[in-house]
Amino acid sequence: MPTSLTINGKAHQVDLPDDVPLLWVLRDEVGLTGTKFGCGVAACGACTVHINGEAVRSCQVPLTDVDGPITTIEGIGTPDGMAAIQQAWVDHQVAQCGYCQSGQIMQAASLLAEIPEPSDAEIDEAMQGNLCRCGTYPRIRAAIHAASDKMKEV
Amino acid sequence: MASIGKILRRTFLIGSVAVVGGVAFGAYKVRSPAPNPLKPGQGQAALNPFVMIDQNGVTLFAPRAEMGQGVQTTWAALIAEELDVELDQVTVLHGPAAAAYYNSAFVADGLPGKGYDTSDFMHNLGEALGVIGKSLSLHATGGSTSMKDGFIRMREAGASARETLKQAAADQLGVSRDQLKTQAGHVITPDGSKVPYGELAVAAASVDPIEAELRDPTTWTKLGQNLPRLDMVGKATGTAEFAIDVRLPGMKFATVRRNPKLGGGMVSFDGNEAKTMPGVEKIVDLGDGIAVIATNTWLAIQAAEAVEIEWEDAPYPPETDAIFQTLAKAFDGSPNSTMRDDGDVDTLPDGATEFSADYSVPFLAHATMEPMTAVAQLNSDGLQVWTGTQTPTFAQSRAAYVTGLETEQVEINTTYLGGGFGRRLELDFVEVAVKVAMAIPGTPILTTWSRQEDMRHDYYRPGAIARMRGAIKDGKAVLMDGHLATQSPTQQAMERITGMAGAGPDKVLVEGFFNQPYAIPNYRMSGYISDLKIPVGFWRSVGNSHNAFFHDTFMDEMAHAAGRDPLEFRLEMARPEWDVAARVLETLRDMSGWTGKTPDGVGRGVAFAYSFGTPVAQVIEVVDEAGTIRINKAWIACDMGLALDPGTVKAQMFGGMMYGLSAASFGEITFADGEVEQFNFPDYDAVRMHTAPQVDIQILETNRFMGGAGEPGTPPAAPALGNALFDLTGKRARTLPLSQHFDLLV
Repeated sequence: MPTSLTINGKAHQVDLPDDVPLLWVLRDEVGLTGTKFGCGVAACGACTVHINGEAVRSCQVPLTDVDGPITTIEGIGTPDGMAAIQQAWVDHQVAQCGYCQSGQIMQAASLLAEIPEPSDAEIDEAMQGNLCRCGTYPRIRAAIHAASDKMKEV
Repeated sequence: MASIGKILRRTFLIGSVAVVGGVAFGAYKVRSPAPNPLKPGQGQAALNPFVMIDQNGVTLFAPRAEMGQGVQTTWAALIAEELDVELDQVTVLHGPAAAAYYNSAFVADGLPGKGYDTSDFMHNLGEALGVIGKSLSLHATGGSTSMKDGFIRMREAGASARETLKQAAADQLGVSRDQLKTQAGHVITPDGSKVPYGELAVAAASVDPIEAELRDPTTWTKLGQNLPRLDMVGKATGTAEFAIDVRLPGMKFATVRRNPKLGGGMVSFDGNEAKTMPGVEKIVDLGDGIAVIATNTWLAIQAAEAVEIEWEDAPYPPETDAIFQTLAKAFDGSPNSTMRDDGDVDTLPDGATEFSADYSVPFLAHATMEPMTAVAQLNSDGLQVWTGTQTPTFAQSRAAYVTGLETEQVEINTTYLGGGFGRRLELDFVEVAVKVAMAIPGTPILTTWSRQEDMRHDYYRPGAIARMRGAIKDGKAVLMDGHLATQSPTQQAMERITGMAGAGPDKVLVEGFFNQPYAIPNYRMSGYISDLKIPVGFWRSVGNSHNAFFHDTFMDEMAHAAGRDPLEFRLEMARPEWDVAARVLETLRDMSGWTGKTPDGVGRGVAFAYSFGTPVAQVIEVVDEAGTIRINKAWIACDMGLALDPGTVKAQMFGGMMYGLSAASFGEITFADGEVEQFNFPDYDAVRMHTAPQVDIQILETNRFMGGAGEPGTPPAAPALGNALFDLTGKRARTLPLSQHFDLLV
């Protein structure tokens, strides 16, 4: 039986077994490839999306457990209309290979929603599940602080 | 973009056949070129293989793999600096696999010699030999070579295209070329009006290419600056396309499962149960494993795990201990190379104190964030492949060999790479995807390796053992005699690519071992090659990755044995040998406020390594926090001669160090029953946000010849951390990873 999902404000019907993780529904069924596959065991954070506004590892959420609207990196902003956090990422030239950055941004967006002005310790706590093999952490930290400042102005 | 796609498609069909005709320049004027792979259509002009212009604008080709090092931006900037175009007004593409995109710097790096003592003659010889890369179709990214390779050639490409466009305008206007100027994609006429390059493209195509002097660096407006990276918006919005993101109509999704006893074959498999699982379309026999093609990657992975397989044994000892015993046996034979043999190491100088230590380091995986992936589609007239590869022409040849097609019938589309680190120099993921595509002709199929498959089927950084002997006299090292035993990634790769075993002295094996810039009168460094059959490959900085740990840790041990400050000890021996190295150490000393003393609970270590033409020195500071040790701060000083984009260089220096710190802290691939025991990131972790140090980086620009940036940050990281932990605890670790010896914060 098809499952109804709301992704980035749009309704989708998918016809897949209940146990298929949300990650693979997004990537291979809906065609939203901004959310990345890194490990499949919630150890790297590359697949982070929001469900009901909360950051989750989409590789660990079976289709049947999705219980609210989903936001992916594509729903945060677009190249022509970037969100403040994405602009901060560009301003600080954060990405290297860039593969982990969708997940980093989704995790950071969820942190800023919860704690608008995070300390370095709070950033450490929130971001330590998101692995980057290129070593972009100092610029991620700077971009989170910058996005926090920007969002305060609004 | 559609027109570019068509051009590239046509290009691959034509391949190495000369494509001169229409408005194309067949010839790239500099140094009798390989054929121009760009075949322009109506109203377009390809002024050389790196610049194409049509009514819609300028397209620059940066045929180097973008794996995070920012190469496409800096490469395009080299052309743009001379061509006078703004990077936000042009399209930058990787381009097809082509001999014209050969890497001229690889061959030069293979010349004998230590590197830092290069004479002008040797440097020029390297430049001249660079064209060998063209005859080998060596279209490749690696070895920290891109800027050395492109620095002159790409500026020449831009300058030549600029002057040719000016000549076309001069002919039209009836003025002389030197009355014209160029600015931001336009030729400026004597009366100040502007003619867009696009309007001149077709006329320029019939002008003979013009050679032009390169501009004085003091007039540069792009090079030497922090430029916004061209891939940044895409990577911040999830729209940058990696191979795993390629989507085509009718696409299927596959995964692979091969023998975990590496190099062993498959006795039999039973896919009857897997075949009935949801979404499964086909089970493919790969010879040494199987692939499952399905409607969804996850469904393919589930089915692949359900296939019953009987594997053959591995062609190497099944347990880690026996593997290292086999490695050590290489010392019983004669050395493959002794590239440094100064003075007499067999005689202990009068009054000197002898000292020795043995070290070993484990096998390591690359663990790129994007696992191995490739898309392939086999049609009646050819094969298309989309993948993140560091070696497009080799991938093309391999795909042609596997399918039986002509090379010209294989099109390689190089996407962004979700991390490279040397892993994507290999061809296995291309070969697997091509075999999968052959199972359902006409259908595009994305083959994605699970993380477990990726971790357990790498071409690993080989385990290595060193036996070091030294002597100290009057506070100085007077003798150093190093013996290294390991596998040779170069010889294995030669055999994988050419079918013939590599032979002769292997310089890559002993890089970082024999060529460190220290004045030690009796100095011999030998490398021994083990014929162990574990698949090994090029791991960021390759031989330097283990040799810097051996060489520099031993240097630190000698400094302490001599009762000397470890930084001053190195500096004193570097000064007479190479002033550039000495300046790097002095800069590091000053920027880190090095005193040789640290408060209780704080430890500092220094390390130095010269690799890929660039000397790098690092200080690492560790702190003891209630028994747990955290890496708190790092300082890096380096000198690659000219930093074409300082922001990118700093990111590479820090990133390289972080890659080294991750491996030094936690990285270890071990074997049981012939299989790799690590499956995923929980078994093979890396430095994370909360365990990463703050960093301060200084770039010097005094080196006579340009050095690399992508790898030289990695080698000093392991010894710097080990030396810092010794300073903190008094305990010397001679094996890695360090988490086995110390309670490091995780």
